[in-house]
Amino acid sequence: MENVRFLLTGDTSLSVEFGNAINEAINHDIRAYKIALENAAIPGIVETVPTYRSLMVHYDPAVIRYSALKEKLEALLHEMGEIEIPPSPVLEIPVLYGGEMGPDLPFVAEHSGLSEEEVIRIHSSAEYLIYMLGFTPGFTYLGGMSAKIATPRLKQPRVKIPAGSVGIAGTQTGIYPIDSPGGWQLIGRTPVKMYDPGRETPILPEAGQYMKFYPVTQEEYDAILKEVEAGTYVLKTHAKEEV
Amino acid sequence: MSIRVLSPGVQTTVQDLGRFGYQQFGVPVAGAMDPHSMKLANLLLGNDPGEAVLEITVMGPQLVFDEANYVALTGGDLNAVLDGKPMPRYQAVLVEPGQTIRFLGLKNGCRAYLAFAGGLDLPLVMGSRSTYMKAKIGGYKGRKLEAGDELAFRAPNPKLPFPERRVIGPDFVPQKQYEIAVILGPQDDCFTEEGLNTFFREVYTVTADFDRMGCRLDGAVIEHKNGGDIISDGIAFGAVQVPSAGKPIIMAADRQTTGGYTKIANVISSDFRILGQLKGGDKVHFVPVSIEYAQNAMMLDRQYYKMIADFLSCE
Repeated sequence: MENVRFLLTGDTSLSVEFGNAINEAINHDIRAYKIALENAAIPGIVETVPTYRSLMVHYDPAVIRYSALKEKLEALLHEMGEIEIPPSPVLEIPVLYGGEMGPDLPFVAEHSGLSEEEVIRIHSSAEYLIYMLGFTPGFTYLGGMSAKIATPRLKQPRVKIPAGSVGIAGTQTGIYPIDSPGGWQLIGRTPVKMYDPGRETPILPEAGQYMKFYPVTQEEYDAILKEVEAGTYVLKTHAKEEV
Repeated sequence: MSIRVLSPGVQTTVQDLGRFGYQQFGVPVAGAMDPHSMKLANLLLGNDPGEAVLEITVMGPQLVFDEANYVALTGGDLNAVLDGKPMPRYQAVLVEPGQTIRFLGLKNGCRAYLAFAGGLDLPLVMGSRSTYMKAKIGGYKGRKLEAGDELAFRAPNPKLPFPERRVIGPDFVPQKQYEIAVILGPQDDCFTEEGLNTFFREVYTVTADFDRMGCRLDGAVIEHKNGGDIISDGIAFGAVQVPSAGKPIIMAADRQTTGGYTKIANVISSDFRILGQLKGGDKVHFVPVSIEYAQNAMMLDRQYYKMIADFLSCE
């Protein structure tokens, strides 16, 4: 973490910048620093926002001024070597692929020169890194999709895509957290609500975690949906193996 | 119900200080565009300065009261009348059942804030009553007010002590040209020397494209070194974003949490009161200040709020 920069973003936040690229190493540094910062519990910090390149730190200047905060944040950087960072959780996301839920699966298969089964197998075998959330509440920017199933966006975006839809846009994949218009190729849908403003944890995924999709049948989908609606569904996770 | 909405105005929403703690999940903060005016309205009524209020934009609503309560109106002058008579601004006003507040049209500024003693009875969504219309959360059913809506007071107080004390001088003063203080960064190093000079030398005009998300300006092009695209990072309230076309956009309450354009500077918190009152045609000029200056100004604001609260609460 030699090249870390502290950037001013107004008078109630600053940005700790770890690099100028999209890669796993920078993301891991940001996650580690965020955990270290939470453990340090510096009074005056309101919230932190991880992005591809930085951790934005919002604070209350009545409690801690910029120069004092910067000093503490710099000191924390030097202590990073001594802090144990737990492995990232991998969120296991059930997906019903194809059919009504994934109307563009045939197109993605045809475009990739693969069978629909192969597209599902490739899409559900990777562990995707959640680089950050943004765009809409609960939208995850995922990295790590195989180039074999990369497919351009629809020429004509759909007016309404149901929440939970899983799509592909170029080399990106992701889940629509709320009903919205959009141009992604839809290959399936998850019954899990990534975003629910009334829930105790309104948004499930966090930056620095991983997501893995696994195919489910219609019956399994319906059963999970019932649990989701009853508020009893618990997302399965496992620890990411160290690379 | 306490208030009935006879007509909603152009955009009347419930706002408080905003929804903090969820930006890392992509949830915008929202909140009052002019938090200073909002706080003053609340303080005049003995409310918590961050109590939810109505943010009233350009053309105001018509509200009929079914229940007596003190209210306070601050911010831009939207020509409010109470039962047809001019309604005083920046002071506590008792509204009786059957009385109607109307807004005849914009005199100056852009947004007025109407606070109610004891606040509004609306649920907290992720810790805030602020309306974020795009995701349909907070405020009144996650949307702007519509005709026929009914709002309830949470803890109305028509017997507020020393009402005669509850008045301050109108605080928003319209100007031919607004000087807006900014702190450079986070991407000031993406601009040429000439680009930075342009930004601080020229006067910019607010376009017709100004809303709760951002305020698009027109004027001299600000020169980048290598274009205006960056790998996304976080966006603060008041960030002055400059895309490759070189025209600045000031990001406001409903901004997305992250974005991929260079941000040359950030408006200081004490000047959000100007930002929240800008409308199409207004002229702005940016002035650089230090982080220390900005944070001192913020602390002075807080002392002022505390002074008002103390003055109104002492026997």
